[in-house]
Amino acid sequence: MDFHFLMMIYVFVLAIFTGFELITKVPPTLHTPLMSGSNAISGITIVGALLSAGMEEFTLSTILGMLAVIFAMINVVGGYLVTDRMLKMFKKK
Amino acid sequence: MDLIIEIAYLVSSVLFIMGLKKLSSPKTARQGNFISAVGMLLAIIVTLLDRHVLTYEWIIVGVIVGSSIGALMAVKVPMTGMPQMVGLLNGFGGLASTLVALAEFDKIAPAIPLNTGIAIILSLLIGGITFTGSVIAFGKLQGLVTGKVVKYPGQHPLNAFLLLVVIAAGIYIVINPDSFMFVLVVTGVSLVLGVLLVLPIGGADMPVAISLLNSYSGIAASTTGFVLGNNELIIAGALVGASGIILTLIMCRGMNRSLMNVLLGGWESAGVVPAQASQTSANITVKSVDSEEAAMIFDAAQSVIIVPGYGMAVAQAQHAVRDLVNILEKKGILVRFAIHPVAGRMPGHMNVLLAEANIPYDKLLAMEDINDDFANTDISLIIGANDVVNPAARHDQASPIYGMPILNADKSKTVVIIKRSMNPGYAGIENELFGYPNALMYFGDAKEAISKLSHEIKQL
Repeated sequence: MDFHFLMMIYVFVLAIFTGFELITKVPPTLHTPLMSGSNAISGITIVGALLSAGMEEFTLSTILGMLAVIFAMINVVGGYLVTDRMLKMFKKK
Repeated sequence: MDLIIEIAYLVSSVLFIMGLKKLSSPKTARQGNFISAVGMLLAIIVTLLDRHVLTYEWIIVGVIVGSSIGALMAVKVPMTGMPQMVGLLNGFGGLASTLVALAEFDKIAPAIPLNTGIAIILSLLIGGITFTGSVIAFGKLQGLVTGKVVKYPGQHPLNAFLLLVVIAAGIYIVINPDSFMFVLVVTGVSLVLGVLLVLPIGGADMPVAISLLNSYSGIAASTTGFVLGNNELIIAGALVGASGIILTLIMCRGMNRSLMNVLLGGWESAGVVPAQASQTSANITVKSVDSEEAAMIFDAAQSVIIVPGYGMAVAQAQHAVRDLVNILEKKGILVRFAIHPVAGRMPGHMNVLLAEANIPYDKLLAMEDINDDFANTDISLIIGANDVVNPAARHDQASPIYGMPILNADKSKTVVIIKRSMNPGYAGIENELFGYPNALMYFGDAKEAISKLSHEIKQL
């Protein structure tokens, strides 16, 4: 295991703890928007998808990458928009 | 340039964290979602500047197609369909991770370092399970796939065997990193596993399944981050993974069941055979009221707690409920809502529906905040909820729901239950509350029954 990989595990573990701290503070009333909003965040795979779809030469990776771009974008755009639509409705008296 | 991109990824990760932090209050939540979206936009833009991205045709096609479908889904979906929508989005996230891992394998094989190889296998496994598992969850919520607990002989050995196949093929790939064939085996078996793992889970356990799949979609993004050596994917994925796990645990606690019990197929795995509907109705005698009688009881009340359940969502009764609340409040009656953690088909399902009907969120109270107030309340109005108000959970050790935290609706002076028929709830057991001396059944479709009730109260 090289140093670079170890650093990635570091980042992963610390991010998990950050996630736990952040999410335990979300009130139950917002749990559905939390799910759709965090769902949109998991669309971050778009980064990997763009890197594959944008390669110079056209290969199998390009097609796989483009398909990944489609699904990740559905996740990102759909997730953020639907979350906003829900949060707009939450009003106090 | 590479350095600028790395810094931008860091900023984007921080924006995700800030966005999630603002979700801690409904007042700032919308702003938080926006901040998170800005983080995503930043990540996308700087990735396009990456020196490895040289052609844009395929990207443009993908972005346009994906964005249009996503936007269309987000605008069209009704609030009652939100669990399905979230389920499907989870699945697409998982599929995207699988595709990226496949593309990366194709790109770098056979020169694959051990760490990357393992990360690719994990991405394929988790992404694949997330995708087909979510599709099945979507089907169950949409009514396309049976909502029942599905069981067949050899179920668990089969799943264990398939997992072993993935591990074996994975080890083979790590040793011989040029065998695309085995990569396809891992992918295919993972997809099958997703179906088999979610199929046994019952419809009312979907809050747990959806939360868990939400977590998987995050972990899949993280493992893809390990494949690409990209810290932002690792961070964002881990945040989502943690979020899904927390929601999963809250849902399990709300049912007093272990995660294992839910995953292995619901109440029945505890060895309890659900009672037949016919037996159920014979065992308890209930008093029923019509809309006129119910209206008189409400007219005399000073405080009402409404307990909504999945039945309210099915009947789309949230707007009728809002009208009823307005009428009662005009009469000076205190109206509040008690929300059980597992009410509905996903975490927070009831809250979203009631928010859609313009009911202020400060009227919605969580179980632990309102449970002591039932005893001082004139009427509990149960709309399409069942197991979450069954007092058997408190005292009947033989009941499959024994130990599940419930709303103390039975302790209020009068309990009015709106229900279609005497059919039992998800757990398949009769609800002894219905036979209590202070309980009144008001039979009918929730939406219709509530509208009639509002009409009658207005007449008084």
